[in-house]
Amino acid sequence: MTETVLDILSWILLGSGSFFYVVGSIGLLRMPDVFTRMHATSVSDTFGAFLMLVGMMLQVEPSLVTLRLIIIIAIILYTGPVATHALARAARHAGIKPLLDDDTGNDREDAPSK
Amino acid sequence: MRSDTGILFFSLSATLFGFWLALSGHYTSTFITIGAICAILIVAFSVRISVVDEEGHPIHLVFRALTYWPWLIWEIAKSAFDVTRITLDPRLPVSPTMVKINALQRTGLGVSIFANSITLTPGTISVDVVGGEILVHALSKSGAEDLQEGAMNRRVARFEGRS
Amino acid sequence: MFITAGFAIMFALIVAVGRALWGPTVFDRLLAANSIGTAAILLLAVFGFITDRPEFLDLGITYALLNLVGTLAVLKFIRYGDLGHSGEEGAADT
Repeated sequence: MTETVLDILSWILLGSGSFFYVVGSIGLLRMPDVFTRMHATSVSDTFGAFLMLVGMMLQVEPSLVTLRLIIIIAIILYTGPVATHALARAARHAGIKPLLDDDTGNDREDAPSK
Repeated sequence: MRSDTGILFFSLSATLFGFWLALSGHYTSTFITIGAICAILIVAFSVRISVVDEEGHPIHLVFRALTYWPWLIWEIAKSAFDVTRITLDPRLPVSPTMVKINALQRTGLGVSIFANSITLTPGTISVDVVGGEILVHALSKSGAEDLQEGAMNRRVARFEGRS
Repeated sequence: MFITAGFAIMFALIVAVGRALWGPTVFDRLLAANSIGTAAILLLAVFGFITDRPEFLDLGITYALLNLVGTLAVLKFIRYGDLGHSGEEGAADT
């Protein structure tokens, strides 16, 4: 009985993870500039990957496989933002201007000091 | 400071040894001995090049992390839905915004936890950190406003505690 | 269901390869490469489950660890043109 419930839950997680993964890649295609594309990959690489791996975790009984999936989730969640931040920072220092919504009227941050 | 290093030495060795056990899967005495020796040697080398400190191995946050992580996952889920709605909208209603956030945290560790949490949440990226000020690029204006309102900022400041 | 997940990941992989080829800036390509890395981890995990061979998860862990190092190494190379650079100029111009 519990097995069926776990199975259904895991299929739901895997399915929604796949959905967010596809959405992230559609965003990678559609978004207009580097910074907005980073937001799109953040959906797939963070949330989509997390949901899929949790879904896989529910497919196996607790064992070393579960532990390894937890390790993969931890590594993805720890290194993902570091890589994204490094990319964003490097892009800004290379002088790439992010596309900003101009009619907001908020003070634009100054140009890179290089 | 000395006693701190002792505790960190012990817990970091234990963590590395646990990682070894998780990956190895062979539990014979030879493998376990080799793993223990490797873990202790690695930590000894790390102490020698002085990378072992509270920032690199924050054991004092472990228990509070158990309440922070579920909250963070929930935040990630909410903003993932927002970004999904924007992405699938045929008009693609992005309104990219740059805002500066003053981090309320006191230590460098707290600021970096906050900046990483911002980046981990879809829809907001921390682009630059200067002192206690984080430059954030947000996909939509409402996302930037949510961040400026400061729920996550206060939450991380509480999570970081008084250390 | 694992097959569905596998197809979703492969779709993302193809799109990311397209973005990596198309550019337009070097940072787009790197972002796509990073995303390919994550997709490879997930594809390895899914493949391990389909063929019932959990050893593939170990490969996934290795890929996950190398992904970050690869991205940072290429970024450093772009900025300084030298992987052994101490990065002190970078500290000055922040």
